Amino acid sequence: MKLSEQVGPYYGEYGGRFVPEPLIAALDQLEATYEAMRIDPGFIAELAELHKTYTGRPSIITEAKRFAAHFGDIRVFLKREDLNHTGSHKINNVMGQALLAKKMGKKRIIAETGAGQHGVASATAAAFFGLDCVVYMGEVDTERQALNVARMQLLGAEVIPVTSGSRTLKDAINEALRDWVANVDSTHYLLGTVAGPHPFPTMVRDFHSVIGYEAREQMLELTGKLPDAVAACVGGGSNAIGIFHAFLDDEDVALWGFEAAGDGVDTPRHAATLSMGTPGVLHGAKSYMLQDADGQTMESHSISAGLDYPGVGPEHSWLKDLGRASYHGVTDAEAMSAMKLLSQTEGIIPAIETAHGLAGIEHLAKVLPAGAHILVNLSGRGDKDMETAAKYFGLMGDK
Amino acid sequence: MSSVHDTLLANRESGKGSLVGYYPAGYPTVKDSVDALVAMAQNGCDVLEIGVPYSDPVMDGLVIQVATEEARAAGFVLRDLFDVIRQVRAKVSTPLLVMSYWNPVLRYGVEKFAEDMLASGAQGMITPDLVPDEAAHWLEVSQSKGLDRVFLVAPSSSNERVTANADASQGFVYSVSTMGITGERATLDSLARQLVGRVKSLSETPTCVGVGISTAEQVREVNSYADGAIVGTAFVKAYRDEGLSGLVAKTKELAAGLG
Repeated sequence: MKLSEQVGPYYGEYGGRFVPEPLIAALDQLEATYEAMRIDPGFIAELAELHKTYTGRPSIITEAKRFAAHFGDIRVFLKREDLNHTGSHKINNVMGQALLAKKMGKKRIIAETGAGQHGVASATAAAFFGLDCVVYMGEVDTERQALNVARMQLLGAEVIPVTSGSRTLKDAINEALRDWVANVDSTHYLLGTVAGPHPFPTMVRDFHSVIGYEAREQMLELTGKLPDAVAACVGGGSNAIGIFHAFLDDEDVALWGFEAAGDGVDTPRHAATLSMGTPGVLHGAKSYMLQDADGQTMESHSISAGLDYPGVGPEHSWLKDLGRASYHGVTDAEAMSAMKLLSQTEGIIPAIETAHGLAGIEHLAKVLPAGAHILVNLSGRGDKDMETAAKYFGLMGDK
Repeated sequence: MSSVHDTLLANRESGKGSLVGYYPAGYPTVKDSVDALVAMAQNGCDVLEIGVPYSDPVMDGLVIQVATEEARAAGFVLRDLFDVIRQVRAKVSTPLLVMSYWNPVLRYGVEKFAEDMLASGAQGMITPDLVPDEAAHWLEVSQSKGLDRVFLVAPSSSNERVTANADASQGFVYSVSTMGITGERATLDSLARQLVGRVKSLSETPTCVGVGISTAEQVREVNSYADGAIVGTAFVKAYRDEGLSGLVAKTKELAAGLG
């Protein structure tokens, strides 16, 4: 079987459904609806039309020549998901799941968010489809990302600060799961990444795979061949899987995921789940995760709130073990340096998450042959990160 | 000591009914949790559930979340669980089950976890986030070691799943009273009685009802149609607010709901 044909519940030994029994019926309903819709011409056409007229698809490819020149004899191509409505790839999945929620007759969606990007995208889709929306966000993150809280509220969503556990993304997911258990009849849980219980990893991947299928065609048209490597940042792993999927069976295309190494993988402050983690069960699926000797989830650390997660989607764990994709850590400092470089060589300010993928180019330039073509998923724009960047680079001044 | 299954059946036959009490290991300290569990057994609990503090307890409400966080902050580590079991077992013969989310068990090693439960004197384990569909290894290990395994059924479970989960369970099957997480509820959901009715018509396995039970009246009501009432949050809250004497009083109060 082709790698690209693999679907859940299991990716090798990973995936599955490690959730309390009360949620199984909802997952069964979601799976059945999705299985019917993914091959339904009406649904496919409706989603494609929404992407064309609302999301802004297809997204373009920009060659980053001045950026690439810093790394020697390579060519770098950016898949511009930052130009999507709401400013990141997240909208691809959100529009798909919101449309499914409507098909299932659910009037309310709930979502978790770390930095706020998925929360904003969910609030946007809820406004567009006329659904009630509740977003769970760790209290620490609501303080770090006050502006995104305001964006979600302006869009009509209710934002609930999560005060349990470490009060970050991990706990926001726990709280969303608790809400879902109690409101499963009326509510769809719009999970924002390729993690979680089946069918989420497969479904979210499918909704994002449009990124890679577009890019594959665009690269053939632009350069007459497939790229030598495809790169993306990896937190939960949705933008990476989205761009990898179309290339899984192209053996000559190397796939590279760049994780958040925070202060460094030799310190306890990182979020490099695939590089440094071990297999375990978190948030409903078996996958690599950061855990201690007792199986307690460890806290992750990254300057990028969107990558600050101690788990990762099960398909990435499978691709890692197969050796089909390679994963490498990028520190906060390396990512911030890449953010600045792209801004100043191409006039594109990337999200800090995305900057991890861009920082990986330096590593790829060393391991790939001269003249290599590298396709990078420019998964999000950096507007949301201006406060962090201004502080980091000392741009605030004393005024 | 008698088995969970036999205890529940004997209490049902005598018309008394059963009170199953949950309390987290290590809360607020390892020693305190031993005293708490012993007191619960001595004052009316027929079966004990020892909770394993875990970083991501998705089935639990705030009272239990906060208590287990405190236990971990106070230094609870997994090997302490077996000390708690051993010390409780030294003092009382009440049947005793571990209640654990799956990852700590997986990380410890399913086989080793089972051996250590057995060696310390526990009768088996309740697994809130492990459904039988994912439990092949645990089914095999618990079977070979003669340990009870308690899975959940919920109002949302299909008849096929109720049958499968009840039949896969040993000791009893845990009927989740309502669609929601642990915590007190003023009134018991009518879904609980319907669910137990389905369990009784589809399987021979005894069933206890949990989630939301906190009064003697609710204990009495549940025992009128099920094989036991499971109480957790109310006990943890009693200890939190009034210490060991509060817990003893709460146990006596709820046990008064038995026949």
